[in-house]
Order: sequence, then C-alpha cells, then structure tokens
Amino acid sequence: MHIIESGNVAAASGVKLARAQVIAAYPITPQTPLTEKLSEFVDAGEMQAEYIPVESEHSALAVCIAASSTGARAFTATSANGLLYMVEQVHWAAGARLPIVMCVVNRGIGAPWTVWNDHQDSISQRDAGWIQLYACDHQQIIDTVIQAFLLAETVSIPVMVCYDGYLLSHTYMPFDVPDPDKVDEFLPAFKPAYALDPKQPANLNTVTLPDIRPDVRGNLAPGYMEIRHNLHVDLRRAIDKVAEIDARFQKIFNRGGHPFIEPYCCEDADFIAVCLGSLSYQLRDVVDELREEGLKAGVAGLRLYRPFPEQAMVELLAKAKGVVVFEKALSYGNQGALFTDIKAALYPGPARPFVKNFILGLGGREIKTADLLKTFREACTQGPASIDTPQWIGLKL
Amino acid sequence: MSDATFACKKSHSEPGPGDAGKTGSWRVLRPIINVNLCIPAKTNKMACFNCWLYCPDGVVTRTIPPTINYEYCKGCEICAEECPVAAIQMVEETKLIKKEK
Ligand code: SF4
Ligand code: SF4
Repeated sequence: MHIIESGNVAAASGVKLARAQVIAAYPITPQTPLTEKLSEFVDAGEMQAEYIPVESEHSALAVCIAASSTGARAFTATSANGLLYMVEQVHWAAGARLPIVMCVVNRGIGAPWTVWNDHQDSISQRDAGWIQLYACDHQQIIDTVIQAFLLAETVSIPVMVCYDGYLLSHTYMPFDVPDPDKVDEFLPAFKPAYALDPKQPANLNTVTLPDIRPDVRGNLAPGYMEIRHNLHVDLRRAIDKVAEIDARFQKIFNRGGHPFIEPYCCEDADFIAVCLGSLSYQLRDVVDELREEGLKAGVAGLRLYRPFPEQAMVELLAKAKGVVVFEKALSYGNQGALFTDIKAALYPGPARPFVKNFILGLGGREIKTADLLKTFREACTQGPASIDTPQWIGLKL
Repeated sequence: MSDATFACKKSHSEPGPGDAGKTGSWRVLRPIINVNLCIPAKTNKMACFNCWLYCPDGVVTRTIPPTINYEYCKGCEICAEECPVAAIQMVEETKLIKKEK
C-alpha cells in the first residue's frame, strides 16, 4: 500500500511490521514523532508490544538490553546528544551481542546547541561494534528497519538505522508499506540463540580477567580478548549476510539490489562523489548537470558504513580518476572519517584515484545544489589536491 | 533465525565460587579466625555465622568452627568487620608467605 507520510512514520511503520516486542525510548528532536507514533500503535492495540517510558536514553537502551537478553525483539531510537547520553550502553549492547535495532535520526551534536541535521552523532559511534546502515529516502527507511531486525538477529549484533533529521524525518514522501504477511515471511519470529531463564540463573558479561580461565564447571571460558575478537570477526562476516538479506528482500518485495553502496551513473564515471544519507540523492541532480557539461561524473551513496565494505568500495572506485568525499561529520583535528576509510581501502590496491574531502552541512547549514555543482566541478577539473586537509563548503568567515 | 556460527564466544557463566578465577591471589590481608573467641567454636552451637553470611564471595563455611577457603578469599575484611567478638584478625600476607616459605 502506498502512502504519503513522514520519514519518522516510515520508520515507525517498519518497527510495527517487524513486530517489535519491547520499545523503550526517550523523546528527542528530531526523533520524537517516531516514538510518539510507536506509543500510539501500542496504545491502540495495533502492536503487541510493551512500550516502556524511561527517564533517559541511557535507560532506554538499558531496557532494550535487558529485554533482548530475555529473548524479546527490542527497539529504540534517538538523536545527537541522546545517543551520546546512552553511549555506555551502546558499547555494552554490542559486546553482549544483543540484536537490538535502533534508529538514529541524525542531528548535530552540542555544544553549541543545535537541533538540525548532520552526521556527527552516528559517526561518533562507528567504533562501538554496531552495524550501521544509512537510508537515503523514506522507502529505504521502512525497508531498512525491517531488514535490520533480520540482520541483527542473524549475526547477533545490534544495528543502527541512520537517517537524516528533518530532511527525511519531517518531510513527506510517498512510499510503499509492505504487506504484513510478506514481512512475516521475510522476518520470522525472533528465536534467540540464548535467553535468560530464571530457572537457570546465569552471569552475563561479568568481569573477565585479562587471560582465559576455567568456568565453575571447569570448562575453559573465553577471556575479554577472545570475546572482542569474535565480535570483530563476526562484523566482518556480517558483510556477506547484509548482501544475502538484501537478496532475500528483493525476491519477496522486488526492491533493493544495492546492499552496500547505491551507485548513480558510476559505471563509466571518471569522477565519483561518495557520501552518506539523503545528500547522495541531492548529488544526483549535480551529476546530471555535470554530465550535460560533458564531465563523466557519478555519485555513490554508502548504505553500509560499519562494517566497512572495502571490497565493494574499491571495485566501485577502481576505474575512476578522482573521488570526492562529501561529509556532514568530521574527526575533529584530522579529516572526515569516511575520507580516511576510503583512502585506507584504496591503499593496498593498484588503483590510485585522487581523493578529496569536503565538509558541509554541519548543524543544518543549508547545502545548496549550486555550491555542490561548483565544488564537484572544480574538484574534478583541478585534478589531484596538493594538500590532504578537508575543505569546507558554505562556511561564512 | 540466529545463525549458530555467529556469537560463538560470549561472556556467559553460572553462579558459583571462583567465577572470576582464583581471587585468593588478590589478597593483601588474610583473615584468620581465632577459635578461642569464635562463638560457635566456643559454645559448640550453630550460632552467629556473621562471617559466613556477609562474605561477598561465599568462601566461609557454616561449620563448627567456620573455615575460610583461601583459594578464593580476596581479603576484603568484611568478615572481620562483621564478627561481633572480633575473632577474625587480618594478618599481612607478606609476613605469612615469608613464614610459610
Ligand atoms: S569476607 Fe572477605 S576477607 Fe572474609 S573470608 Fe570473605 S572474602 Fe575473605
Ligand atoms: S562472625 Fe566471628 S564469632 Fe561469628 S562465626 Fe564468624 S568468626 Fe565466629
């Protein structure tokens, strides 16, 4: 069924279709309408879920961690400083291997206070051990939320579904709400590998000593390093699962096909722009104009940021002369995080396109298509950069 | 739908002594029960056992006299603090180790 609704409602509809059993969230702009919609669904009996109001984001994720440990399908959502307030639990959920799904409605981080969009919040959590997926429009939001539950539960790793605050969360677009029976077919009920049971008390994630040691039964239990190594190895293995789940989704719903990177005009492109989120769709207009000017440009929207799909990235960029990375986030004191990742991915191989970095749209600073056009055009025509520091677009000094 | 080949290594254990390894090696002070003062030892009655009750590691036995498992006792001093007749003395490990050698 096609409806015209906001991005937040798209996310809430995905959570409803996925039959989440426990929802705990604390309202924060621009995530608020998403949690409000979910509480309405639960209140109206449209969702068989426990909606647990909490006093903070830290508690929201703590509730999800507890619920997930007992084998319930758990969901939360947040933005910016709310995400930062739950950071301790963010890392905990990954280390504990709990398949929680969380929407991060991307917003800039204070100070100074801002409620508008950039990507600094989710990017700051890229090393937490979660899988990070980014959506570019409303259809991708609802589809990705549904896929995220299957992915998280398959690999026992929590998943963040990130989408742009306001630009997607509060704008209205038509999108298809998948048929509930088909969603049930795609996403069976959550059968956890392990669930807490009062009849069999257990210690989960208690202190581990630096070395491995025998447990109370005398069996050798993994130590901290073994458990963390396992998380890393499984995150790398999860890349294949992302592709498998996308293929399964495509078969049932006839949508998808680009699990890692969504390319536009990249096949023969000499110059490829890379970015996260809805910006990649804005850049399509820029690519169209540059093509008319005779410049072979393309744009790639990264869907999977962690684990980083190096192989797909290198394959995409191998034949390009230049790569331009547009980022709404920055590793302060260094460069854009995605810029660093892309250069690192290219380094071992023979392909060496030049790679440039532009920082833009921080705290909701308007990204003008004309500025993007000018920047992208100049970046291509001027060739390799003599300096490796990121340039800022739209800065008024 | 969880794939059994994922999350093979998790921190999961059952409650019991020694779940954090042999914590006896953490001990700086060793609790030693003076049976001449200890109430159950003196009266031959199943009485008191504050040390057994309060030990956070469950390493004191509820027996006459109570005994302490030094493989796991981490020397926190709670038993000595809770003993109503000050029958538990905390002695420096270094001194005892020297003597035992
Ligand atoms: S209370 Fe502390 S010092 Fe006393 S026996 Fe238990 S662990 Fe040892
Ligand atoms: S607390 Fe003191 S008196 Fe009581 S049983 Fe223990 S050692 Fe004996």
